Amino acid sequence: MPSEPEVSAPDLFAHVPRSEFQTPGTSRGLLDVFRWHYLLKLLVRTGVTTRYRNSVLGWTWSYVRPATQFLVFWLIMGVFMKLGDTVPNYPVYLFSGIIGINFFNEAFGNATRSIVGNAPLVRKVYLPRQLFSVSAVFVAFVHFLPQVGLLLIVCLFMGWIVNITVMSVLAFLAGILILAMVAFGAGLFFGAVNVRFRDAEPIVELLLMLVTWASPVLYFWTMVRDAFPGWLLQLYMLNPITVAVELFHYAFWEPVSRGRISELGIPLHPDLGWLTLWASLISLATILIGQAVFRRLEGRFAQDL
Amino acid sequence: MRATAPVHTPSIIVDGVRKTFMLNHAHSLKDTVVSWIRGRKLSTQFHALNGLDLVVNEGDSIAILGYNGSGKSTLLKLLSGVMQPDGGHVLTRGRVAGLIEVGAGFHPELSGRENVFLNAAILGMQQKEIEARYDEIVAFAEIGQFIDQEVKHYSSGMFMRLAFSVAIHVDVDVLLVDEILSVGDAPFREKCRAKFEELIAAGKTLVIVSHDMEMVRELCNRAVVIRKGELAFDGDVDDAIAAMSEG
Repeated sequence: MPSEPEVSAPDLFAHVPRSEFQTPGTSRGLLDVFRWHYLLKLLVRTGVTTRYRNSVLGWTWSYVRPATQFLVFWLIMGVFMKLGDTVPNYPVYLFSGIIGINFFNEAFGNATRSIVGNAPLVRKVYLPRQLFSVSAVFVAFVHFLPQVGLLLIVCLFMGWIVNITVMSVLAFLAGILILAMVAFGAGLFFGAVNVRFRDAEPIVELLLMLVTWASPVLYFWTMVRDAFPGWLLQLYMLNPITVAVELFHYAFWEPVSRGRISELGIPLHPDLGWLTLWASLISLATILIGQAVFRRLEGRFAQDL
Repeated sequence: MRATAPVHTPSIIVDGVRKTFMLNHAHSLKDTVVSWIRGRKLSTQFHALNGLDLVVNEGDSIAILGYNGSGKSTLLKLLSGVMQPDGGHVLTRGRVAGLIEVGAGFHPELSGRENVFLNAAILGMQQKEIEARYDEIVAFAEIGQFIDQEVKHYSSGMFMRLAFSVAIHVDVDVLLVDEILSVGDAPFREKCRAKFEELIAAGKTLVIVSHDMEMVRELCNRAVVIRKGELAFDGDVDDAIAAMSEG
């Protein structure tokens, strides 16, 4: 009996070569996502359209939340703590940072929950599971757009359009890319771990809480420079989220406040270009690590959920 | 040898497949510590499949029989790729899709139309294929004007009919069917049976897990009995049904 496979094996492939067979459930990682782009489109559309179903205000909520956040921060930091007096256009500075963080938080949070949230599907049908993480990031991006619109309107009123350069646009795009990449990579990692250990979700919530404060959203990187020793500042500036926030500042706040920035002694980081390069590499590494962990764990998703 | 043997063009090769599940008894850190102190086992192993060999040829319509917990559904999950075997190999040829608990991908907030597209895409269809088959799918489901309603307002019968209709219209070479032949009322069941016969006539490979022996007798040309994760019988349908009740 045990020798039977060896005997029958050549016979099995006598009429159909071995190469025509596939092993079901073999994933090719991100490549599959490109092959399944139509499903990705539908998943993103579903995520976007069903978000505010049955709500009276609907998409208004996408504006209400960041607006409230902005008002609270502006009142406390700008008015009570008088940052608004020393910094030109502090509201623009504040809001351009907030929307970046909001995008990251939503993308990262959604991606982390995406596998467990689609448990019925993951358990019953085989499809590339990374699709859920990728679509989570795309859905977050769609919700990020109205906030950008709001910011643009404010900037237009402040004469931003006159001072805008190609570099501002590039900085904005680079910032988005860095945020999306880190959110996707970290989301893959925690999303995969979350299947077996639901501890991942509270850990991510904790991280999301810290993200706002670990980057110069409310304050300025110069304050960190003045308080921290050099090596700690270096570490601080290596945080890709920090770099992305600074890129957003460069894109929106710098053009409206040009001239008054250096005068007040709170310039943007002189090595922003290098930092962007480093941040891109770190984001790429995050995706690679996330991929590796995800692909290692995904074989067990169906039975662990 | 080749002259005497019938021409075998396998669609599915299952070779010495094993699948073991760990049953955890400790569900928290406290449980773990307590069990460890008392010297109790933290988990026990359950062998769902124990070295199963099976070759299904193209155009076969095979029934997998066995009592609950014998490993039938695990086998289907391995064939569809949802789970990976712990040992052995599973090989499939062509496009495989499952009618495994249809409706898993349905979104209650979306309309019937949107759900048709979403679910067909989940089952691996491309936009053009879905557009080409859309009318057929809706007609088969007998949903009529409700197609633009949100699915959450559907009756359970309508919901199952639409889900089933999407799944059965996916263009596949191998179709895995798990216990869903009991969808809908008698006329709809009859229609499903006719659809299955159409697929069999078209030379598709069907793997059917069911407790409905009538349906199995009518549709399948071969049956295997799985008992405790091992192949207990392989051959004619009537003999298999007899072999199953013996065990």
